[in-house]
Amino acid sequence: MQAFTILTGLVAPLERDNVDTDMIIPKQFLKSIKRSGFGPNLFDELRYLDEGQPDQDCSQRPLNPDFILNQPCYQGASILLAGRNFGCGSSREHAPWALLDYGFRCIIAPSFADIFYNNCFKNGILPITLSETEVEALFHAENAANEGLKLTVDLQQQVITLPDGQQFSFNIDEFRRNCLLQGLDEIGLTLQQADEIKAFEARHQQQFPWLFAAH
Amino acid sequence: MAGRTLYDKLWDSHVVSARDDGSALLYIDRHLLHEVTSPQAFEGLRLAQRKPWRLDTNLATPDHNVPTTTKERAHGIDGIADPISQIQVKTLDDNCQYFGINEFAMKDQRQGIVHVVGPEQGATLPGMTVVCGDSHTSTHGAFAALAHGIGTSEVEHVLATQCLVTKKMKNMLVRVEGALPHGVTAKDVVLAIIGQIGTAGGTGYAIEFAGEGIRSLSMEGRMTVCNMAIEAGARAGMIAVDETTIDYLQGRPFAPQGEHWQQAVTYWRTLVSDPDAEFDEVITLQSADIQPQVTWGTSPEMVAPVTSQVPDPKQEADPTRREGISRALHYMGLTPGMAISDIKLDRVFIGSCTNARIEDLRAAAAVVKGKHVAATIKQALVVPGSGLVKAQAEQEGLHQIFISAGMEWREPGCSMCLAMNADKLGAGEHCASTSNRNFEGRQGFGGRTHLVSPAMAAAAAIAGHFVDIRQWQ
Ligand code: SF4
Repeated sequence: MQAFTILTGLVAPLERDNVDTDMIIPKQFLKSIKRSGFGPNLFDELRYLDEGQPDQDCSQRPLNPDFILNQPCYQGASILLAGRNFGCGSSREHAPWALLDYGFRCIIAPSFADIFYNNCFKNGILPITLSETEVEALFHAENAANEGLKLTVDLQQQVITLPDGQQFSFNIDEFRRNCLLQGLDEIGLTLQQADEIKAFEARHQQQFPWLFAAH
Repeated sequence: MAGRTLYDKLWDSHVVSARDDGSALLYIDRHLLHEVTSPQAFEGLRLAQRKPWRLDTNLATPDHNVPTTTKERAHGIDGIADPISQIQVKTLDDNCQYFGINEFAMKDQRQGIVHVVGPEQGATLPGMTVVCGDSHTSTHGAFAALAHGIGTSEVEHVLATQCLVTKKMKNMLVRVEGALPHGVTAKDVVLAIIGQIGTAGGTGYAIEFAGEGIRSLSMEGRMTVCNMAIEAGARAGMIAVDETTIDYLQGRPFAPQGEHWQQAVTYWRTLVSDPDAEFDEVITLQSADIQPQVTWGTSPEMVAPVTSQVPDPKQEADPTRREGISRALHYMGLTPGMAISDIKLDRVFIGSCTNARIEDLRAAAAVVKGKHVAATIKQALVVPGSGLVKAQAEQEGLHQIFISAGMEWREPGCSMCLAMNADKLGAGEHCASTSNRNFEGRQGFGGRTHLVSPAMAAAAAIAGHFVDIRQWQ
């Protein structure tokens, strides 16, 4: 997993609530058995005017000119500014895979759906929860910026800095923050506790033998 | 010390080690797998040369991509017309064989939607932690299990370590007081709950459903309620153990037997919240206030009683919400203020992990018996949740009732719930669906989904528009 330390990047604003994972990556692309290659189909139904098919060359498809990511000023955006309850719905990890493959490393919203929030950390994406007022302020700042808004996100310090020096602080669990800062493989980390797991398992079996009976 | 909630008990009995930040390594008793969210996890295991920690806790079945027509199904995996789906289903088979995981493959009569199959087999038991790379894993909480969806990286983590790194959620109690009125089903109850607390209302919580309105439900109905906990934002929903739970489990293939059965039942009876347990949030609904529900928008919280009207965005004060309602009505092709019962349907889908168990099919069959689907309905699909549900329904003659009514009787799978296979809506088509999500494009590009109970879907198929099932004759 790619580590996340400091990111300075362009913001793409997606001002709507309840953006679900079906919207982030529609189901027909879930047939892939790979982890990569989902970027061109990120927000497929919002981004293109036709219905997307897996394994299709997206460069030939009609774009929806109104959609934010199709506007020239947002090309190369790596920070997504979003509305309430971002990432709700299906648990598909294809959603963070698609965001990452497209180039997003950080998502800022007033709230996230639990499973999506969790999935982000497994993939080197930093989801930041700010208050409604702060997110609104960022939407305003974005709106006011002519050349597009660039933010600096510092995970070590847990602070977002605007070009004018204004700062917003955020909070990430220490464990998750460390994993992300160092790009750690979580399975390897857990397996360091293999003895503890085995000891638990033995006690568990004693207490609940039916969970270990062959059927 | 204050008493513990059911969720507290389930959590406490599975913590391998706790971290200072509130997260913990949680031991997993049952891991369910399907073809869509597992290939990348298995690939990860292979690349790291890791093996599953404990094979016997894993159970796999393909469901999302499998075709549901008898013709396509006759030739097993080779018969899947869509080559990309075929590869995915084949990959599950290959991975299960390679790693030695128990799979109910496509031709096995026990195959079906993973959340129908687990409970039906007795593979979901009270007191267990159950996970699956699918958000509707919350279904299994109906058995007083701690059950929730996980992402693919976590699927790999559980395979490799039998544990999940997770954080404890907060406790929410949703009480449904009083007996349910005639014609009001589990689906209406859960839609009404979501309508009240919203799709983010349960975010960060594990919800326990309680009260007479819940207690009186069968296990099938309880699964319907817990299934949609995730639509209220809660990863996990659960219901305490009682006689209904225990009766359901007895004799199921994976359920404990003999001496173990007695031992298990004694333990299971403790899986209820203590009387003095404290919840972070308590929501109460009166059963008598709940009417048959229909969703009119593109989020499950956009729901209303069948007797009411589609809302008017002008009456919403919050600008983002107003915009949300307008956008939804535009997508759904509905006029503000129109009667829900005036919504005309093009297709009907009776199926999915929410409502494709035997009781759901019985309820639908009772409504359509001796009647015929309206001429304006292009298709009415009935898709049983598993091969065993299908067999049971056929033994009861339900399939004949559906077929005589002009409905299609299909093979088990997720089907038009998410339209990954050939079963889907055309752009602009309205569908009365017993599934759990009405998101834009969920049932097909441009498709318009209305979530309802099986009886309401069946009645809509006959009438061609929504009708109040309480008036049905
Ligand atoms: S039936 Fe629908 S909701 Fe249930 S597992 Fe299948 S796709 Fe998901």
